[in-house]
Amino acid sequence: MTDARVLPPSDEAPFAAIQRWWGGHALAQSLGLAALVALLAFLGHNVIASMHRLGMDPSLAYLSQPANFDISESLIAYHAGDPYWRAIVVGVLNTLKLAVSGCAAATALGLALGLARAAGNALLSWLVDAYVELIRNTPLVLQLFFWIAATHALPSVRQALQPLPSVYLSVRGVFLPSLEVENGSVWPLFVLFLALVWLVHYVHRRLQRPLRRYEWLSLAIISVGAAAAWIVSQNLRFTLDLPTLKGFNVVGGITLTPEFAAMLTGLAVYYAANVSEIVRAGLQSVTTGQWEAGRALGLSRGRILQLIVLPQAMRVITPLMTSTYLDLTKDTTLGVLIGFTEMTAVIKTSANNTGNAVETIVVLVVVFLSISLPVSALINAYNRRLARRGVVAK
Amino acid sequence: MTQPRKPPAVEFAGVHKWYGAFHVLSDIHLHIETGERIVVCGPSGSGKSTLIRCVNRLEEHHRGALRVNGVELSGAEAQIDRVRREVGMVFQQFNLFPHLTVLQNCTLAPIWASATNRREAEARAFALLEKVRIADQAHKYPGALSGGQQQRVAIARALCMNPKIMLFDEPTSALDPEMVKEVLDTMVALAEDGMTMIVVTHEMGFARRVADRVVFMDHGEIVEIAPPEPFFSAPRQERTRQFLSQLLH
Amino acid sequence: MTMPLDAGTRPILERSYLRIRGAGLVSSPANTLTTGVVALLIAWAGWTFLRWAILDAAWNGGPEACRIHAGACWPFISTNARLMFFGVYPQGLLWRPALSLVLMGSVVVASMIPRFWSWRLALAWVTAPTAVCLLLSGAFTAAPVSTNEWGGLPLTLLVWMIAFAGAFVIAVPLALARRSKLGGLRTAAIVTIELVRAVPMLVALYVSRFIVPMTAPAFEINLFVSVEAALTLFVASYLAEILRAGLQSLPTGQTEAAQALGLSYARTMQLVLLPQALRAVIPALVNLGIGVLLSTPLVAVIGMTDFLSAVREAASHEQEWPGCYTIAYLVAGSVFFAICFVASRYSRWLERRLRVAGHR
Repeated sequence: MTDARVLPPSDEAPFAAIQRWWGGHALAQSLGLAALVALLAFLGHNVIASMHRLGMDPSLAYLSQPANFDISESLIAYHAGDPYWRAIVVGVLNTLKLAVSGCAAATALGLALGLARAAGNALLSWLVDAYVELIRNTPLVLQLFFWIAATHALPSVRQALQPLPSVYLSVRGVFLPSLEVENGSVWPLFVLFLALVWLVHYVHRRLQRPLRRYEWLSLAIISVGAAAAWIVSQNLRFTLDLPTLKGFNVVGGITLTPEFAAMLTGLAVYYAANVSEIVRAGLQSVTTGQWEAGRALGLSRGRILQLIVLPQAMRVITPLMTSTYLDLTKDTTLGVLIGFTEMTAVIKTSANNTGNAVETIVVLVVVFLSISLPVSALINAYNRRLARRGVVAK
Repeated sequence: MTQPRKPPAVEFAGVHKWYGAFHVLSDIHLHIETGERIVVCGPSGSGKSTLIRCVNRLEEHHRGALRVNGVELSGAEAQIDRVRREVGMVFQQFNLFPHLTVLQNCTLAPIWASATNRREAEARAFALLEKVRIADQAHKYPGALSGGQQQRVAIARALCMNPKIMLFDEPTSALDPEMVKEVLDTMVALAEDGMTMIVVTHEMGFARRVADRVVFMDHGEIVEIAPPEPFFSAPRQERTRQFLSQLLH
Repeated sequence: MTMPLDAGTRPILERSYLRIRGAGLVSSPANTLTTGVVALLIAWAGWTFLRWAILDAAWNGGPEACRIHAGACWPFISTNARLMFFGVYPQGLLWRPALSLVLMGSVVVASMIPRFWSWRLALAWVTAPTAVCLLLSGAFTAAPVSTNEWGGLPLTLLVWMIAFAGAFVIAVPLALARRSKLGGLRTAAIVTIELVRAVPMLVALYVSRFIVPMTAPAFEINLFVSVEAALTLFVASYLAEILRAGLQSLPTGQTEAAQALGLSYARTMQLVLLPQALRAVIPALVNLGIGVLLSTPLVAVIGMTDFLSAVREAASHEQEWPGCYTIAYLVAGSVFFAICFVASRYSRWLERRLRVAGHR
């Protein structure tokens, strides 16, 4: 039997951790990386030299010069003659607007499809499957051309289609009612809502129990009371701004340009197919044994779904959904093909006007990287956390 | 008449290994001569699998010296591959290559690692498959075989490389009880042929029958080494007695 | 109604009734209503399509026939088929793109049959596109055709094939580097993969069109070449991630068994790990292939006439042929759909077949 306790090698040499990261062949790797960097520098130098030769001036100074083109839709004030950087900001905002609404619409539609398939009606399931196969086996570009052609085929404003009261579809765009708030801010109500959600989540997660009936009741009374008090004290007024036909135009409400409407519909329809498949895969990943175990314990279907099945399904669904959202965001660039003035379209127009193809493309690349890379990093971190818990293979 | 002493097949000298702060191998001293049959036993977590996995460098030891057939185990990849060709291993989970037939499993390494030509490799493979009595399944895929059959193929596959030492890491633990005997019989036949064997197992009947020495490990240390008869009937250490009483109730 | 126990002799009507009932179509009032509504919807859609495509359609004649008939304008397809499928390739030399289609098609079909899987097939994936390029360009002949005049379905297929085959060549080392224990190599691989995947394909094409030629001003880089290079790198990043997932899914015992036999790292990869990993990710591979094929229309943005833009070109004469957009897009969509649908069904068949055969 050993006498003295032998301790692990804890006082490592200060560079031992770095040595381990290299993993051997440190010299070859360093040389290789240096060669790679040198090659990139060489190529970059060539690009700048070519630009000089072609009479272009590699700098970002053009950003403050006036942009002499108009942009058909913008979330912020913009006129022709504003500097280029403002035009680019408009483009970025348009991209984000499309991306966020596209993701929301695709998720909603996809969930609806998933539910329809799970409803147990064979004919309905077949219809959903046919839809998914059709959508996923034709190019997105083709579908977007279809949708923009459809919006061009809509009637003029005077004979606009009215599928729902106060919703108008016409060749000039889609008109929807909007909610207007006056006399104060509605943000505290959002904060109240989030606080409620967090509170319920806290009780479920940390205290590990459902809310009792009296707790639900008191929460409801308190929140409704607080909201009412806020509304009354601020004298908030909520009005519905309905679009109404006035002559050749529609006044009031929210206007969606035909291009935006076409892009939104096309992306939502395409990615809803993805979402429904993801939801199906996620639910299938939970073995029937889990359901059976829950039933054997006497839990109701709802509780089984909430406590056992959904948490496990979300582990498969979440990374896939995030990838889908990223893909949707990247596909907003297709707007340039049908006339929607998102970022790529603005950049392309700028490049044509100023002749500065390289800087504009660099700006484009940088913006996309700053959106995609953080989200990808989050997905990877989430996956690593799951792997450590032994849920998925590392 | 003095004979030149052959180097021991495997030599552990003050070997230590840690997983983080966990001391999985603690001051291991063990000499295994050529032709010896060693059985290593102990409770789970005692480090016995880690011990034999160090012999073919599937695990790296952190301190001390480990020599296999006279060659010090450390560093260079090419040297490690050469050592591994002389040491055969049979795993608890068989680890046959599912995309290759039984015959291809056996001829893969001789052809690609030892530069044997195909005909010779196949002849040797058939001979060994015959020896483990599974030659009729030579063209089947592992998925079509039972656990016991797969493990016998795994033994044949390891033997096709002409190893000087055979390592067995709990070869029967993943088998259904009715298949344990066929694998153990194969291992007994191998022992009777004079192969140097290090076997980690719970099968004490096998140890009694075949082992030259039994090594008992607990908490990363070698607690007791003895030939099977003294080991089972009169263990010297208290821990050994406790372990044996749990095992042979 | 008493049911005899022997199901085989049950009358057909009864069996159909049980199947409908089992399919949940009429199991509850809500279900019955849903079934009714959906059936009506499908019937209405089917009837409208039938009327448009066949009953009200124009079959012979020219643009005048299409003006008369309200339905599909089939003469448009027959007159403009050459433009739609082969683009502006010189008319007398159409045998070349046709032959290319046959060549590439047969290599793809051969790849679908497991019996043909070998290094010779891999070689075919290299030689076929090369042969097609030589064929289409008319090199070494009296009638050269510049890459700007290549178009239509052969161009789409060629672009796809080169990108996919080239991507494999890059993706395997990239995936191995991504998994490597060598920190520097691994970081370089991660950076490459993440950067390329974060950029939309359209932007990558722009970069290849404008920036890549400037990196080597001494050479006159052909548009086709720079586009293929960008596309290949793009596909390779996605492929590398798929391969990495496949390798990760293999049990560590496989690596250990190969190592215990004394196989080197390279041999272990070549003989044991990569074959199994590739089999494991076949559905993802086919998905990627379909995705790349459906993304090829984007090359139109930088001036190449792929199949979809050839169709658009042909259909741009709206004045001459009224309503031609609809039928043109329908034909284009059907071609894509046919290829991709067959591919995804094939991938399911292949998965099943490999499982049954005792492979993994």
